[in-house]
Amino acid sequence: MSTVLPAAFDSAAVAEDVLEETWRTEPGLIGWLGSVDHKEIGKRYLVTSFLFLVAGGLEALYMRVQLAKPDQQVLTPEQYDQLFSMHGMTMIFLYALPVLSGFSNYLWPLLFGSRDMAFPRLNAASYWTYLAAGLFMYAGFALGQGPNDGWFNYVPYAERDFNPGLNMDFYALGMIFLGVSTTVGAVNFVVTFLRMRAPGMSIEKVPIMTWGTLTASIANILVVPAVSLAFFLLWLDRQAGTHFFDVDGGGQPLLWQHLFWMFGHPWVYAIVLPAIGMTSEGLQALCRRPLVCFELVALATVATMVLGFGVWVHHMFATGLPALALSFFSGASIIIAVPSVVAIFAWIATIWSGRPNRTTAFLFFVSVIVLFVIGGVSGVMTGSVPLDWQLTDTYFVVAHLHYVLIGINLFAVVGGLYFWFPKMTGRLLDERLGRWNFWTMFVGFNLAFLPMHVTGLLGMPRRIYTYPAGYGWDTLNLVTSVGSFVFAVGVLLLLVNIARGLRSGAPAGANPWDAPTLEWSVPSPPPSYNFATIPIIASRHPLWEPVTAADGERSRLRTELVLTEGRETLATSALDAELDLVVKMPGDTLSPFVLTVGLSAGFVGLLLGAAWLVVAGALLTAAATIAWLWPRRELAQVAGAPR
Amino acid sequence: MMPASVAARIVAASASAAEPLSYLRAYGPRADRTLPLTWALLVVSIAVVVTICVLVVVALVRSRANVQSATGDGRAVAWVYVGVAASSFLLAGTLVWTVRVLATVNAPSQPVGLTIEVTGEQWWWKVRYLDADPSRTVTTANEIHITTGTPVRVQLVGADVIHSFWVPALAGKTDTVPGQVNTTWIEASQPGRYRGQCTEYCGVQHAHMGFEVVAETPDAFARWLDAQIAPAAAAATPDAQRGEQAFEFRCGACHTVRGTAAGGSTAPDLTHLMSRQTIAAAAAPNEPAMLAAWMANPQAIKPGNHMPTLQLSGAELGEIEAYLLTLH
Amino acid sequence: MSAVVLGERVPVGGAGRRSIGWWGLVTLIATEGALFAYLLFSYYYVFVQLGPSWLPERTPSLGLALPNTLILLASSATVWLAERGVRRGARGVALASLAATLVLGVVFTAIQIFEWKTKPYSMRSGAYGSMYFTITGFHMAHVAAGIVALALVFVWCAAGYLDRERHVPMLIGAAYWHFVDVVWLFVFATFYLVPRLW
Ligand code: HEA
Ligand code: HEA
Ligand code: HEC
Ligand code: CUA
Ligand SMILES: [Cu+2]
Repeated sequence: MSTVLPAAFDSAAVAEDVLEETWRTEPGLIGWLGSVDHKEIGKRYLVTSFLFLVAGGLEALYMRVQLAKPDQQVLTPEQYDQLFSMHGMTMIFLYALPVLSGFSNYLWPLLFGSRDMAFPRLNAASYWTYLAAGLFMYAGFALGQGPNDGWFNYVPYAERDFNPGLNMDFYALGMIFLGVSTTVGAVNFVVTFLRMRAPGMSIEKVPIMTWGTLTASIANILVVPAVSLAFFLLWLDRQAGTHFFDVDGGGQPLLWQHLFWMFGHPWVYAIVLPAIGMTSEGLQALCRRPLVCFELVALATVATMVLGFGVWVHHMFATGLPALALSFFSGASIIIAVPSVVAIFAWIATIWSGRPNRTTAFLFFVSVIVLFVIGGVSGVMTGSVPLDWQLTDTYFVVAHLHYVLIGINLFAVVGGLYFWFPKMTGRLLDERLGRWNFWTMFVGFNLAFLPMHVTGLLGMPRRIYTYPAGYGWDTLNLVTSVGSFVFAVGVLLLLVNIARGLRSGAPAGANPWDAPTLEWSVPSPPPSYNFATIPIIASRHPLWEPVTAADGERSRLRTELVLTEGRETLATSALDAELDLVVKMPGDTLSPFVLTVGLSAGFVGLLLGAAWLVVAGALLTAAATIAWLWPRRELAQVAGAPR
Repeated sequence: MMPASVAARIVAASASAAEPLSYLRAYGPRADRTLPLTWALLVVSIAVVVTICVLVVVALVRSRANVQSATGDGRAVAWVYVGVAASSFLLAGTLVWTVRVLATVNAPSQPVGLTIEVTGEQWWWKVRYLDADPSRTVTTANEIHITTGTPVRVQLVGADVIHSFWVPALAGKTDTVPGQVNTTWIEASQPGRYRGQCTEYCGVQHAHMGFEVVAETPDAFARWLDAQIAPAAAAATPDAQRGEQAFEFRCGACHTVRGTAAGGSTAPDLTHLMSRQTIAAAAAPNEPAMLAAWMANPQAIKPGNHMPTLQLSGAELGEIEAYLLTLH
Repeated sequence: MSAVVLGERVPVGGAGRRSIGWWGLVTLIATEGALFAYLLFSYYYVFVQLGPSWLPERTPSLGLALPNTLILLASSATVWLAERGVRRGARGVALASLAATLVLGVVFTAIQIFEWKTKPYSMRSGAYGSMYFTITGFHMAHVAAGIVALALVFVWCAAGYLDRERHVPMLIGAAYWHFVDVVWLFVFATFYLVPRLW
């Protein structure tokens, strides 16, 4: 069961035809539903998450209309409560991580010199379940039964006694469903990182951006079960009469908060670390020099996550815990800033000592630094217990979370779009419109959210559907509302630029930014098989050799590793990336889609209490899984398969 | 009557009424001890942000006439280390100061004078003054009177869902969590009215779950407490007497007026309603017109709150109002 | 080119613990292990908050649980035998051991369900009952999933899909089964042994 790698070079042109034939997705609906191409899945993730961003954004704008002036009645309290809950849930769960998964899915195999992710079918399943879970939760909202207890959904308010509608059931089941998507996605990233790198790309040569997603994925594997479990127990409390959280039966309301935040805090890092990685990658390319302190930045990424497991109680400072525990978590929350400082100064040093190429993407990445610091220092302030007793649950925290989320996630994402759009489509985005786009977003954002710190210091509680005049909040809120709309116009300009770019953008060429990593070595957009031959890597910046590499370190992009016997790529060892295995990759298949249909039916059945639907869904899911796992000769999974 | 100096100080305190929930002004030792930390961290934070902005701008615009392609890290590394060291120093300072302030505000340094039990309910506050002598234990709502100059222990009892007790001018927040009793303390240095607010999201009327803390001199407080302990005076006018009967019948299942048959416990105690300045958890001023409007349709004033619209006849309304106005 | 020596022989496709599927299983076990950790955390959290008086019985009967634990441990041994059989190409041994494992798994589940019926508390009677039935229920669901997985392995083995070299499904099924057994030891200790310490 082994293959002899050809010692001689095959004719590349012939190989490319064969490769295209083997790897392409069939046209038509069935082909579309069955595609397992990571680039296709990545793009779907990006588009879907942007649709959710727009939905969540419109919800926010609606809230800002209500809050623009005191004592307004644009929205009823119940409508407002659903809006802020949907807004938070959408942004955190349906936009912020999926958008990054979109980038990572699209880019990882290209960055690693591989032809696909480790588990292509799981990748498709992860997208379909994400979409289905998102639609599931939005279905509740559309029926007027959306979640209405904020994104962190504290009990007992979420219990049936206080919240009798289906609102919480949509949220609880939807989150469990979404957890499936996140988990399988994370598994795929971890195994891809460990096994699917091109030969020679040993651990210290891995592109900086992948460290973020790796760390986030490991964290997700470990913490997503906490939130899925919490929501499951809540659902049992509501529908099966258990007593996990309700006091009368001996349950503990704070158990919910522990489970939620043990997940929640690592999660907020998981939704920025990949974006921080994108920022590092973009800045080094656009500053035309290797990232300063590369190893330290990679290490800082990991350190943030490790410390991030130990700070969850800073969301619970006011719940009446003993002072000793509070001091510990306060200390951890302050110390966790240190790794962030490393990244901030490494970026500044990179710009300082580089020759910046001041594109729109560059502007966005630079703005990440500034917004990160603003959001970070307000985080440290809330990390200080006595101060947090004042700050918590006021608009100061709302300001903090938007600076970090929009500052480090959305600004990095938009920067990433300007940077990688040419790779994905072969066309450049317009730079002039890009400037307008950047400045509108940057000014609008700060106009909206910088004054919000003051609103918080003047004591405005969060999650109130209206407020009286005369508390010193009126002007500030008006400014915030105006800024929000300016910011939204900025987002609209981005969408316009993308639409124009898709139709009439200037051709990009393979490497418009003269960037150093492997994705820029292939045509834009990349062919279905990514690499005609699997490259062999010798340094961290293969496309900048020989300038950035030591003598004798020369990567080879044209190699003998053609691999044309069906869908094939290479697996290498986890640390040293030594050639280990020729992997047979599965072709397009409907099983992931069918599996998602089955799961959806099951969850709808649980929601409606329709046992037959649950059983039907479970059977369909099981059938799809078994079909999927059935050993296949062409995947060399069966005794005596071709070797 | 109130001495003029006290009145003047009340006015001074209500100068904060321009921003009643601001915590940038402190009116008691607990808030006083947190305030320097607040300002210091604000100033440090702003300084850090400005420094980083300056560094970024300089890095962007500095002349690169003689910059070649840098490849190694070179001297840049040293600057990264300097930045990390300086920041770590600031962070360590923050940490030490935090722990010290925590130690000083966590428990009062003087013996506690008064113990009050506060229960968060959707969407109002039940307030009980505890006393070893049960006949001097008294229940009221939404307006918490305390004495100046001595720490007051507040026992926060969780009832329905989680709420959070917050009087920014005096102290930070503590949650009321069902199934547990949290203890916090407040102290006011000067007489005054200090706005409080529920800050944990607790349902549709979370926005209107306010309260007031009224700090008084010990004498004034003692008079207030004695008055609260007394049951309601019997209704004197015929209108009010009919009102009392109607009240017992229509309202008594939820509300208590001590001295009458109205003994409900799921709603604010109204025995001395007219001694309070606001109704419906600080959502509206306690004025006769507002009271009438509230009785006629509480859902219009505080949509979703747990007092139903009772379809009272005009006559009933007038009588009950007349009665309520006697509850001093 | 230190890393790659061309002309070298490289295995293709599912090759034991080098296979990608095996690595996937390792991550799956990590996340499932975390799930049980959170379940037990929930239990101990409530325990610590409410104290030992929360426990309905200090000395829960071991009459069924202990033998059942031994049954599950025995099934780990049989699945190990099955895996060894597949590796050595002894299909008969493998099939027999797999069948034994399946039987032991089903017996475990049956006894567990029977024991559920003997409990004086229920899911709804209080937090303890909720914890007990949910945690043991989660575990039982994993046993059931393991039974289905091993039944598939049995079918594939019988169909001759597995041999000395191609046997990743057997490796994965066995490892998963061992994992489920180890989890049981924690669940067992939590509900049957720890209460005796008070
Ligand atoms: C998106 C990701 C993200 C990130 C990266 C962070 C980063 C941090 N967060 Fe934040 N946080 C959220 C998302 C995030 N947070 C969200 C969504 C919430 C609200 C949840 C809700 O209630 O809805 C929240 C809430 C939150 C709270 C709870 C507030 C409350 O409810 O009372 C706290 C408390 O400690 C906190 C702390 C921190 C800290 C210390 C950091 C640190 O990691 C920041 C470190 C970075 C820096 C500090 C900047 C760089 C440093 C320097 C340049 C050095 C010099 C600095 C100093 C000397 C101060 N966060
Ligand atoms: C990534 C995360 C993210 C993002 C991007 C945003 C974006 C915004 N957020 Fe949000 N926010 C959260 C995460 C996020 N938020 C979270 C986690 C909470 C806490 C929730 C809770 O308490 O449970 C919160 C809470 C929150 C509140 C507090 C509510 C309350 O406590 O009562 C407010 C209030 O102003 C607010 C405002 C905004 C605004 C104005 C934007 C703006 O940036 C929005 C900008 C607008 C758009 C992005 C839309 C652009 C679209 C168009 C221009 C239309 C184009 C149309 C077509 C093409 C058809 N947010
Ligand atoms: C079903 C229960 C119920 C009944 C019956 C009821 N109330 Fe109420 N009432 C409440 C609740 C609950 C509140 C607190 C509302 C809030 O602030 O959210 C309240 C608040 C009030 C307040 C404001 C108290 C304060 O200090 O803030 C007044 C006054 C009042 N009710 C008067 C009446 C009168 C008069 C009647 C009868 C005509 C009546 N209520 C009948 C439940 C009830
Ligand atoms: Cu009570 Cu918010
Ligand atoms: Cu946090």
